Amino acid sequence: MLNTMSEQRKALALISGGLDSMLAARVVMEQGIHVEGVNFYTGFCVEGHTHAIRKRDRSRPKRNNALWVAEQLGIRLHFVDVTEQYKGVVINPRYGYGANLNPCLDCKCFMVGKAVEWIEAHGFDFIITGEVVGQRPMSQRRDTMRTVARESGADDRLLRPLCAKNLPPTLPEREGWVDRERLYGFSGRSRKPQMALAERFGLSDYAQPAGGCCFLTDEAYSRKLADLWQARGSREYELDDIMLLKVGRHLRPRPHFKLIIGREEGENNFLQGFRHRFVQLRTVSHPGPLALIDGETGEEDRELAARITARFSSGRNAQQVELRLEEPQGAQRLLRVAPMSAEEVLPEWYL
Amino acid sequence: MVPVRQRLDARHLLCPLPVIRVQDRIGRMAHGEQLEVLCTDPGAASDVPAWCRINGHRVLGIRERDGELVILIEVGGGKR
Ligand code: SF4
Repeated sequence: MLNTMSEQRKALALISGGLDSMLAARVVMEQGIHVEGVNFYTGFCVEGHTHAIRKRDRSRPKRNNALWVAEQLGIRLHFVDVTEQYKGVVINPRYGYGANLNPCLDCKCFMVGKAVEWIEAHGFDFIITGEVVGQRPMSQRRDTMRTVARESGADDRLLRPLCAKNLPPTLPEREGWVDRERLYGFSGRSRKPQMALAERFGLSDYAQPAGGCCFLTDEAYSRKLADLWQARGSREYELDDIMLLKVGRHLRPRPHFKLIIGREEGENNFLQGFRHRFVQLRTVSHPGPLALIDGETGEEDRELAARITARFSSGRNAQQVELRLEEPQGAQRLLRVAPMSAEEVLPEWYL
Repeated sequence: MVPVRQRLDARHLLCPLPVIRVQDRIGRMAHGEQLEVLCTDPGAASDVPAWCRINGHRVLGIRERDGELVILIEVGGGKR
């Protein structure tokens, strides 16, 4: 018998909110291990953000999938804010990027490394992830599985219950804390085995994220991030910057500044929260968007920005539109401009 | 005895940041104390209570005030 007479072993499960990490945790719980979850907040997590901002998305039920998973499993969930340290991963990934600016392999090494710190600080025995060999092109090959275990410092304390049978036995298996025979040997891109296992556990209504677990796998998002780095001449960012990349239309009419234009009231309200950092434009003669100017601008630039913003207001066909320009320090003044025509707003301005 | 009540301003933060701030603050509070959280992300109305449920804290009330959410939590004793 496993786990009798001996102290109860404890595992920390990386919970992304998707099905695989949920199943991985569940499989190990079934073997009598005490499992708690951890979710790392990088700033790029897809979780909720744009839903929370955009009004039209608000009618849909919104939940944090990682929390939902933890509640379904009946385990505790610890959030760890890694936004600062994660910058090093995104800015300078040792193993490079995936199809977009997603540094998946470095990211996994980093997160499992953080999990190692956590288990060592909290007296836990091993780490669980929902990885499956061959599921994703770059980060879930057999050799990269080894890389993650090694680089993170987890070594054989890293158990992947869904594909453990395809990998050498880990510490919890060798010590008999978990029974290798009751782990799985999934591989490849098919989702069927996971879905069957979910059914066996009676789990339904789980999230099925397309692509990856974060915005960095998104092409449009990555393009905006690359543009930000290029415009600033350095690959750096603040949390505010990467939040703003998720919101509004982004147009760069001149190399030294861009405009972030709200697409609806929810976005306008959100952008309003950044008025102490950016010059802000808001149409007053007609209903219209709120826009932020990101970059150092002179009078001519601001007029251009106002004309573009007016283009996205309901005064787009009017002779003149009046806008209020507010400096980050609070000084305000009115601008009267002719809205740009559709043709004047060049397609290459759109990021 | 009136319970000790702390306030947390999580306005303009997007989920899961309000939850993270609540988690970090409650980690430094004692059983029976209360935390009043102000937030603007509507998602917090479901995420903060969910986090409280799985971590053994009690939501005493959620109300809306001037377009902002006010969530009152009582810190639980057991699990930390
Ligand atoms: S998709 Fe994003 S969060 Fe997931 S492994 Fe890749 S970089 Fe990390």
